[in-house]
Amino acid sequence: MTEMTYREAIRSTLVEEMDRDPTVLLLGEDIGVYGGTFRITEGLLSRYGPRRVVDTPISELGFIGAAIGMAMLGLRPVVEVMTWNFSLPAADQILQNAAKVRYFTGGQVRAPLVIRGPNGAGVQLSAQHSQSFESFYGHFPGLKVVAPATPADAKGLLRAAIRGEDPVIFLEHAALYGIKGEVPDGDYTVPFGKAAVVRSGHHVTVVSYSRMLHLALSAAHRLSGEGIECEVIDLRSLRPLDMETVAASVRRTHRAVVVQEQWRLYGAAAEISAQIYERCFDDLDAPVERVTGEDVPAPYARNLELLAFPGEEKIIEAVRRVIA
Amino acid sequence: MERVEERVAVERMLDWYRRMVLVRRFEEQTERSFRRGKIGGYLHVYIGQEAVATGFLDAIREDDIFFASYRDHAHALLRGTDPRAVMAELYGKATGVAKGKGGSMHLVDVARGFYGGYGIVGGHLPLAVGAAYALRYQGTDRICLCFFGDGAVNSGAFHEAANLAGLWGKEGMCPVVFVIENNQYGMGTSVERASAVPNLARRFDAYAIPNERCDGMDVLAVYEVARRVVEEVRRTGRPYGVEAVTYRFSGHGAADLFQSYRTKEEVERWRQRDPILLLERRLRERGALDDARKAEIHAWAEGLVEEAVAFAEQSPDPPPEELYTDVYGADP
Repeated sequence: MTEMTYREAIRSTLVEEMDRDPTVLLLGEDIGVYGGTFRITEGLLSRYGPRRVVDTPISELGFIGAAIGMAMLGLRPVVEVMTWNFSLPAADQILQNAAKVRYFTGGQVRAPLVIRGPNGAGVQLSAQHSQSFESFYGHFPGLKVVAPATPADAKGLLRAAIRGEDPVIFLEHAALYGIKGEVPDGDYTVPFGKAAVVRSGHHVTVVSYSRMLHLALSAAHRLSGEGIECEVIDLRSLRPLDMETVAASVRRTHRAVVVQEQWRLYGAAAEISAQIYERCFDDLDAPVERVTGEDVPAPYARNLELLAFPGEEKIIEAVRRVIA
Repeated sequence: MERVEERVAVERMLDWYRRMVLVRRFEEQTERSFRRGKIGGYLHVYIGQEAVATGFLDAIREDDIFFASYRDHAHALLRGTDPRAVMAELYGKATGVAKGKGGSMHLVDVARGFYGGYGIVGGHLPLAVGAAYALRYQGTDRICLCFFGDGAVNSGAFHEAANLAGLWGKEGMCPVVFVIENNQYGMGTSVERASAVPNLARRFDAYAIPNERCDGMDVLAVYEVARRVVEEVRRTGRPYGVEAVTYRFSGHGAADLFQSYRTKEEVERWRQRDPILLLERRLRERGALDDARKAEIHAWAEGLVEEAVAFAEQSPDPPPEELYTDVYGADP
């Protein structure tokens, strides 16, 4: 095991995969000369040259579409979106081409690429730069959607994404780039669709992913002081979605709280809650609680922003409601 | 044009004639099948435009690749995809090129370098640019053709793809030929009503991409340009744009019956320059085609089309388990 940051985990995975496989190449805005907005790709241009670390114009539809075309011809591009907010101009390429080309060509054309970058709410970035895309992309069959919460998972999931046969939406979180964690040595992958039980408990199941996992864990720690033991689950991937692990836990605890940073209406938590009802209705002792962002565009003012996104307190209140 | 004719062997011209007649007969049949309810969805035929794909696809090598829009039947047939598998795809049968999952707008034949027809206007242009980059990245001298209509040049995808191609071309990393099949109308909106600059080839000037227009009704003219352009792109790794000025005789799609946006006189005027008719005249002048030979070729094409229909009719529907295949690949 080696301790490293989430950022270092991603960078070292890119290096290892590029060393291993010459078909892996990187594209994105300011990933080369500038070194990457979040410094993920720092130093890679000098190591691999401009044909493998491709600085692109501000032209997401163009370069993400081109990366899909590269994947169709057998390359394994890893695209950095500066933030997932900027993926929207390229949504036609991602949703209409990458997600579906395998299907509508009867399996003849494949597009195994990874699109990665920071997702989620920021520090007073306001409406256009502070939102989450897991439900948006998770809605489309043909895409895989992953959202690692720890350095170890960032590494294992990114390796699996690069080596896989499908287009992967790889949602990082800007607020997690600096966190540290133990990362296994050697060549390991974390498979998609395998949730992790990060903390065991018997009173309530708290389901989360990405940055919200860390809030759920600290809420669980505080609740433990009051004698309430939360089982905390990290979904790791939203599509495929490991409801087996969630359902098995709810059958033990009989209560569930689902935590997401994004908007409530039509969000991932709505899907997960519905599936808990479908699978565990007779096991439940209380209605499933959802802790979500408020249904408003992200505000700029700090006090309003704090109200707009879930915090530890909201998770604690939700747990108390289902326990009561 | 006489000089060009002399350079092209008469056998090659006869071969174009055969292929164009096959494509025409095939598509006329698809219109009938659509009206009979045998073909569903949308059906966009290429009738009138055959010279463009014929000339370009004959100018590339077997190992070159190409992308097309949703008006893609001719491209598959001209590249040698089995007409039976194309018809079966249109009929939604398991024996179709995409197992009945793509239909008219998504023909494909990767073994012959056809990476697919795409249903969103302009959406496949960036794919072709990336594919061209990949061909060079892999150290080959293969090239990529990208066919699209006049409507696509007004989409953002065109401009982003052209800019990337121009940039990557400077490094010799983008051997793509953009082929605008300018059939004068984006659905019911004429080029003049849709494009601030109706000379569409000039759009490439903004991206340092050499370009020219050609007569898209004359397969000899198309072939002459295509052959020269393809070899230049292969040699330099730089993109090139060609606007083939052509015309579609049928509606935008099979549901576009009334065509209120254009006059009968206009259609008739263009019909005088029907690409098959033009080629036939040339072949007759050269003594390479007489009534008997013409009848023989048409009978051959009709036979293949009949065979394709029979095959499609007799083919099984895709089995229900196909619903869930080809969504994802194997797990890593």
